[in-house]
Amino acid sequence: MKRTLAIAIVMAGVLAPAVAFADDVTPGQFFANNVWMMLASGLVFIMHLGFATVESGLSRAKNTTNILFKNTFIVCIGILTYALCGFNLMYPGEFNGWLGFAGFGLVSPADGNTTAYADGGYTYWTDFLFQAMFAATAATIVSGAVAERVRLSSFMIFSTIFVGLVYTIAGSWKWGGGWLDQMGFYDFAGSTLVHSVGGWGALAGAALLGPRLGKYVGGKLNPIPGSNMPMAAVGVFLLWLGWFGFNGGSVLSADPGATSFTLVTTCLAAAAGGVSAMFTSWFTGGKPDLSMSLNGILAGLVGITAGADTVSVLGAVLIGLIAGGLVVGSVLFFDRIKIDDPVGAISVHLVCGIWGTLAVGIFSTNPEHSFMVQLIGVGAYAVFAGGSAFAIFGILKATMGIRVTEEEELEGLDLAEHGQHAYDLNEGPGFLEAATAPRPAGSVARELATSEQG
Amino acid sequence: MKKIEAIIKPFKLEDVRNALGEIGVQGMTVSEVKGFGRQKGHSELYRGAEYVVEFLPKLKLEITVPDDLVEKVALAVVEAARTGNIGDGKIFIQPVEESIRIRTGERGDTALV
Repeated sequence: MKRTLAIAIVMAGVLAPAVAFADDVTPGQFFANNVWMMLASGLVFIMHLGFATVESGLSRAKNTTNILFKNTFIVCIGILTYALCGFNLMYPGEFNGWLGFAGFGLVSPADGNTTAYADGGYTYWTDFLFQAMFAATAATIVSGAVAERVRLSSFMIFSTIFVGLVYTIAGSWKWGGGWLDQMGFYDFAGSTLVHSVGGWGALAGAALLGPRLGKYVGGKLNPIPGSNMPMAAVGVFLLWLGWFGFNGGSVLSADPGATSFTLVTTCLAAAAGGVSAMFTSWFTGGKPDLSMSLNGILAGLVGITAGADTVSVLGAVLIGLIAGGLVVGSVLFFDRIKIDDPVGAISVHLVCGIWGTLAVGIFSTNPEHSFMVQLIGVGAYAVFAGGSAFAIFGILKATMGIRVTEEEELEGLDLAEHGQHAYDLNEGPGFLEAATAPRPAGSVARELATSEQG
Repeated sequence: MKKIEAIIKPFKLEDVRNALGEIGVQGMTVSEVKGFGRQKGHSELYRGAEYVVEFLPKLKLEITVPDDLVEKVALAVVEAARTGNIGDGKIFIQPVEESIRIRTGERGDTALV
């Protein structure tokens, strides 16, 4: 009896502080929630490894440094602009529902590190970082579609504006509590806000840039094969891994039921998308295409992202299966209308992002979700994100130009824009390459002078 | 002396090298080349687009030998490099005017072996 009483007193002492906080979230739960959200931020960050390797793998070796440079730039500028103004554009607090701004910089509110901040889900700082990772992924979607021919400086300007202003203002309409949110529009983790927004940027870029040299010459579709399939495959798996945080963290807490269920729907959709794309590409091409199958996994992931927490297990599988078929058809379609997309970014992120958005209206178990409202959302982002992307790229095209010269494109952007290769193309298996490798400027002149004498 | 130039399938190099070693040939020069003859190349598929790869990787062997070894060496290469399928390659025999060993300055047949 005494022992039980003692234990009861200790328990009361431990739990008492929780009563002093808001809600019924205990300190232990707050710790667990925040730790999971920080881990989820790290997992979303892993997607940048995925993007870097997928894009490098599916494009040519002579452009690899350039692609990696763009990916590196985007994640850095994404986080910085989000800290400077992006976070407060996307989450302006009380605003008119269309455009609001809570000020420059990061200022934690007084209760930012307590359970009062976000129903005990995470701290202000975790909130910022998790969302910053999302912003960066939206911007990086564009880099794949414009690869191998976009001018670096123009792309850097476009990305900064796109991630700093377009993504954030568009995001405020739903996650920031804006007009689409008021209307009942639903996007759990960003099929619309992240993937379709990025996808519109990708479409604008690819369309205004034009195809790579030689892609559609002679009225035929000339393939430009990727240089490294292992990288592409590893990249997709890294993206899938990142999605554990992308969707799992969008629960905005470590709630066991919600998070575990979301991870399951996410993985089911990915798997279904992969298998569906495999067999679709087998059917359309006569042989199964690895890169399209990999696109299928991503298609399933993008498709489930809008409703991972509100669709059933069967719904998740169906969303994935349809996304996998859609992405293959879309890749073939864009080639047919001569929009060159080296990695399939438009097909994966725009087409399947729209599909994922609409799928909520079809498969959601929540009766408040409606197909019509989802469709309105799709339209709104088409106009805003699509329009902005075309405008920004259009202005850049008219002023500084957005494409490298023909010579630069043939030489490879690694040399043209960076003066350096990604792969040491001179240390090949042949000794001839090593023997005739370039040497530092200056030494060659000396040697030529010496040989003249001998 | 004659130079025997042989275009062979790359995976056949070891067989040819062994065969030549058995008849006493001490050296050769190998280079990586691409080419085609009756062997057409193959078609590949990438993201819905089909294309034909015409030029196939081959190896070119160059072996310079004294006249009395020419027939023996040529036949050894033919036997070792043959698979029976199209694309096995060809041998060309050319006359060589002179050969010189760089280290010693020797000329003629003594420079070859």
